Order: sequence, then structure tokens, then C-alpha cells
Amino acid sequence: MQAHEKIGVAINGARDAGRTALVPYITAGYPDTATFADTLEAVSAVGDVVEIGVPFSDPMADGLTIQRSSHTALKNGVSLKWIFDQLDLTKPRVEVPLVLMSYVNPLLAFGYDELASRALASGVCAFIVPDLPLEESDALRTALEAKGVGLIQMVTPATPDDRLARLAQASCGFLYAVTVTGITGGGAEPSDDLPFYLDKVTAISPLPVCAGFGIRKAADVASVGEHVAGVIVGSALVEVLERGEDPAAFLRGLIHAA
Amino acid sequence: MKSILAASDAAALLASSIRGELPDERGRFGPFGGRYIPETLVPAFERLEAGVRRYLPDAGFQQAFRRELREWVGRPTALTFAARLSESWGTEVWLKREDLAHTGAHKINNAIGQALLAKRLGAKRVIAETGAGQHGVASAAACARVGLPCRVFMGAVDIARQAPNVDRMHRLGAEVVSVETGDKTLRAAIDEAMREWVSDPNDIYYLLGSAVGPHPYPWLVRELQSVIGAEARQQMLDQAGGLPDVAFACVGGGSNAIGLFYPLLGDAAIELIGVEAGGTGSGLGQNAATLATGTPGVLQGCYSMILQNDDGQVQETHSISAGLDYSGVGPEHALLQAVGRVSYVSADDEEALAALEEVCALEGILTALETAHAYAAAKRWSKDHPGKRILIGNSGRGDKDMPTLTQHPVRIFSHASA
Ligand SMILES: Cc1ncc(COP(=O)(O)O)c(C=O)c1O
Repeated sequence: MQAHEKIGVAINGARDAGRTALVPYITAGYPDTATFADTLEAVSAVGDVVEIGVPFSDPMADGLTIQRSSHTALKNGVSLKWIFDQLDLTKPRVEVPLVLMSYVNPLLAFGYDELASRALASGVCAFIVPDLPLEESDALRTALEAKGVGLIQMVTPATPDDRLARLAQASCGFLYAVTVTGITGGGAEPSDDLPFYLDKVTAISPLPVCAGFGIRKAADVASVGEHVAGVIVGSALVEVLERGEDPAAFLRGLIHAA
Repeated sequence: MKSILAASDAAALLASSIRGELPDERGRFGPFGGRYIPETLVPAFERLEAGVRRYLPDAGFQQAFRRELREWVGRPTALTFAARLSESWGTEVWLKREDLAHTGAHKINNAIGQALLAKRLGAKRVIAETGAGQHGVASAAACARVGLPCRVFMGAVDIARQAPNVDRMHRLGAEVVSVETGDKTLRAAIDEAMREWVSDPNDIYYLLGSAVGPHPYPWLVRELQSVIGAEARQQMLDQAGGLPDVAFACVGGGSNAIGLFYPLLGDAAIELIGVEAGGTGSGLGQNAATLATGTPGVLQGCYSMILQNDDGQVQETHSISAGLDYSGVGPEHALLQAVGRVSYVSADDEEALAALEEVCALEGILTALETAHAYAAAKRWSKDHPGKRILIGNSGRGDKDMPTLTQHPVRIFSHASA
């Protein structure tokens, strides 16, 4: 099995158990570097797939929460190399597939070929690159796929249908359906068309669809979960970490309290 | 980074640049450029690109644009022979006076062109970023002129040092949003404008102020700013009796420089020199000398030269001039450097301040701190090239810099003597 295929298996496992798959997002090295391994282990005990954010100096698609966590992580000295080293250490205790979320420049600086090998060795099954549209993604995709690592595509409510079909075909791991027209953690309310949009994405996608942006509470998970296989919980979880609360308890509350 | 291209590729790329074939279909200037944007903005960029392809060559659009340049901006701007600077430097110095354009800098050429485009594309409101505030003022004025609401993002650091421009933007009806995130200067303002655009991609037109960012901006801005070089070239022939031996322009994102240089690229005998901000020193973070000291990478939507560390994290910059205080640079400049057509040097804060004083004292022109960097480099060059003919892009006026200048009392040139 290719590394990226483990993601679909994990998400389908949740479906078979009658649950919406949960994909928690944490910023690497936030709130500090010393507790990152513990946080990752705690979160991976509840999540079906875990998304780890590589901090970047210019997170242009992110709202204040993730800007803040990225900034702190960079001040804490976090780099891609540090993240891989940490993942090597936690690997024996983290069973779920991992996804790295990174803007393109840190990946370019690391070097695509080395990135792919290092990702595979550390249990990273796919990448999400929010500033790399399909048209610019050939070089990275080729390097990753040579190692069986996927490049996850995002679709948004602004995506026209023909493009949606192309992105769904190109995605590898899962298909990321952005719920709002806006940045992460923003105040934008999902539109009334959200169920229709999510159903459309699910119908067209050969891969399981995970919805993200603005999912904060159990009711969101329950309502969105009727239309997609999984949900991504980012800013709300980062805020839990910011307040020094227990991330695993928060995540369990999202799936059980509904 | 001259080694980035093989010599044969470099020659071919320069030839194709001179023939007007760049950027290519994918928005590339050789290896540089492209479009690295969030998926939410892809349809908006496709509409923008289609609009640029439709309207730039459109006779009606060009007629409206030229008319605004002539009747509202006040073009052509003058070409001034700088007699006393020439005498002082031992060269023949000519100034292309963008400071005389409406609102006081070259920025207005781009702003009115894009505002006309925004109107045709059916935008409901315009957003813009600004560093020195010149682009913010130009955008506010252009939006008022075409009848569109305008919101300007400006870093908190820049709001403090360019206060006169903040008041001007308010007067002209724009809303100014103070950006408290990131480095609180131009780069953070662009990030914040992008975030705003992502939240309302259908109704917003993003009026980007320099030859940077994702395709088609570097191309669009160059096309709108090329009027500078086209006019200057003809004026040199008419007034100076020949083309210059060298042309200087300051480089922040690179819009006034590409506007001046692009129409001169084919005149192989003209040496072209871009001048970046040398800040307070050569260390990372002390300057904004992106082309001189940066490495290739992706910042704010395009692949170009950027100031970054080994991990690909973009570094903060320093310059006394807000308009040059930026960690990236337009992709076409990265290409022109790689092919060896334009050389890029830097002038530091002190040199810029001294040059500003000298231009005030000898020519009666209070030039912008950004522009002062070009004078500093031209003066240095003059030492080794006596008698040569120099063209300087005088990109803007320095009124906006008074808060900074009052902290640096006049020392070197007494207006009576010199
Ligand atoms: C007078 C003046 N010159 C130059 C610049 C630098 O911008 P660019 O490199 O795009 O010309 C600015 C930017 O604000 C400016 O106000």
C-alpha cells in the first residue's frame, strides 16, 4: 500500500464505525517545542488522521489564530527539519497517518526530493500546500508521488464545477473541501448552500472528502458530517492549546457530545 | 544568482524579453513569476487575467487611460536637466520627473490604469496595500475619480513614519486599515490585503501597487508604468540630443524601475542600474537588498528573489524608506538580473539622506527617500564615469517623508553655498 492510501483507509475506518472521521490540525512546536510530542500523541489517540502545520512567516491564507501559532512556533525555533526529527521520535507511538500542511516556500527551501524521502520515513502520508494551485504543482507532485506520498487538493465554494472535477481527480489522500469563502478561523458564516456544495463535492470525488475551516463544535461536526466523510478542526483546537486545555478531551467532546 | 541560467538561455530570454514576449502564457519571466495563490482566489485571478488580456490591447480602454494620464495625472511629466548636480558630479544629469505627476509619484500611472480596469470588470470595491503611502494615496485618488470605494491596508510602522499620506488617504475618501500583524510594514500589508480578497473574491478588485505578486500583476503593472520610459526615451532624444549612457531607478517592488527600464531594454548601449535599499548594513534583516543578497523562492504569489533564511522563512527588512522596505522584488527584475541586462546595487540609509539633501540644495527638488537611493548610486557611478550622460528616474516627491526628515536635521549642504 502506498503511503497516501493509508489516509483513505483511516477515514473509511471511521465510516465503517458509523462516525465522521476527525482530522485535528496542530501547529508544530506550538505552544512550545517541549510538549509537541505529547500533544501529537494525545491528538492522534482521538483523530483518525492528524494534520501538522509547518509554521511560515507569511501565512496569507490563515486567520489570526494560526498566524499567532505560526509566529510563536517560529520564535520557538521550529523548522521542517525539527518537525521530521520529532516525528521520527514519536513514530512508535503515533499510529494514524500524518499530513503536513505547509506553504510552498519552506518546502522549496528543503528540496522536493529530499522532502519526499524524509516525509515517507517519518510517517507523513500527504501534504496540503495552500498557496500551490494545481497549475503550479507538477514538480512537487512528481517528487512526492515517486515515494507514494500524496498532494491533497483543496476545493472551495468559489470553485467552478469543471475545475472541481479536475481537482477531485488530481487529489491524493483525501479531497479538502473548504467550507467558507475566506481564511482559516475567520468569522465568515458558512452559507445556506453549504450542504448542497458538500454533497456536490462528495458526489464528484473518487476520494473521501474532508471539510475544514470554521468547524468549532460538536454541532458543526454533526451537521457537516452528514455530507462528508470527515472534518478538519484547526483554529478551534489551536485555541484550546493556547488556553492550556486538554486537546484530547476537546476532540472527544466533538464526536461524542452530539 | 547569475548562475541560475545557462548563458545560451540567458541570451534567448533577453531577446524574447526585448521582443515583448514575456511573461509567457503561464506568467513566467524565464524561471521567475508564476501564480502561487490560495484555491479560493483562482477564479478571481482567471477573471483578472482575462480582463487584462481583453482590455490592455483594447483601443477604447487605451484611449480612456491615455486621456486620464494626460488630463488628470498631468502627463507627460517633465524631463529636467539638472545643471548644478551635473556640475557637482562631473556628469550630465537628466531627471524624469514622476514627482510632478498627480499625487506626487509614479504610483498614479498604475493606480488610474487599474481603477479603470476594475470598473470595467464590474468590481464593487477596491482594496490596496501601501508602504510609503504613495500607492495608497494614488489608489484613493483613482478610486474617487472612477467612483469606487477604496480600503487601504498599511503597516502600523509605516502609518507612523508616513503620517501625511495617511491624512491624504482619509481626505480622498479611503478607509485606512492599520496592519498590526507580521512585520507591520509593506509585506504584512500585502498579506492582509490578500486575506481580505480571499473573503470576498467576487466583489473585490485588488489594486496591487508594484510589479510584484502573482501573474498577471507584474505584467499589468509594467504595462501601465512603461509610459515613464517611453516618454523619457523620446524626451532624451528631443532635449538632450541623444539617449543616456546609463539610467538609474530605485527598486522596492520594482514598478518605477521596470516602467523606466522596459522601453530601454532594446537600446543595448544604455547601461541600466536598479538601486535597492542598503539599510544600515549588509547583515540579514539590516537592509532590503533583495536582488543583491537574496535567493530564489516564493513570496506573496510569485517565484522571484527573496530575503529568506535556510529554512525558507522570509526575513524582515530595514530601510529608512518605507517604499523600499520589502523582502521580495518583482520577477521581471529577477530575470533581468539573471540575464545580465540590468545590474542591481544598493545605497544605504545615510547615503540616501545625504543624496536627498544634495538634490534639495542643488536643484530645489525635495525628492522621496526612496528616490534618493537612485541619486546616491548615480553619484557614486559618476566618480568613475566623468562626462557621461545619466538619466535618473525621479520616482516621487518627499513631502510624505517629513516625519522622518525632521529627525535628521540638514547638515551637509547649506542652501546658500554649494
Ligand atoms: C516615490 C517612490 N519611489 C519608489 C517606490 C518603490 O516602489 P517601486 O519599486 O514599485 O517603484 C515607492 C513606493 O512606495 C515610492 O513611493
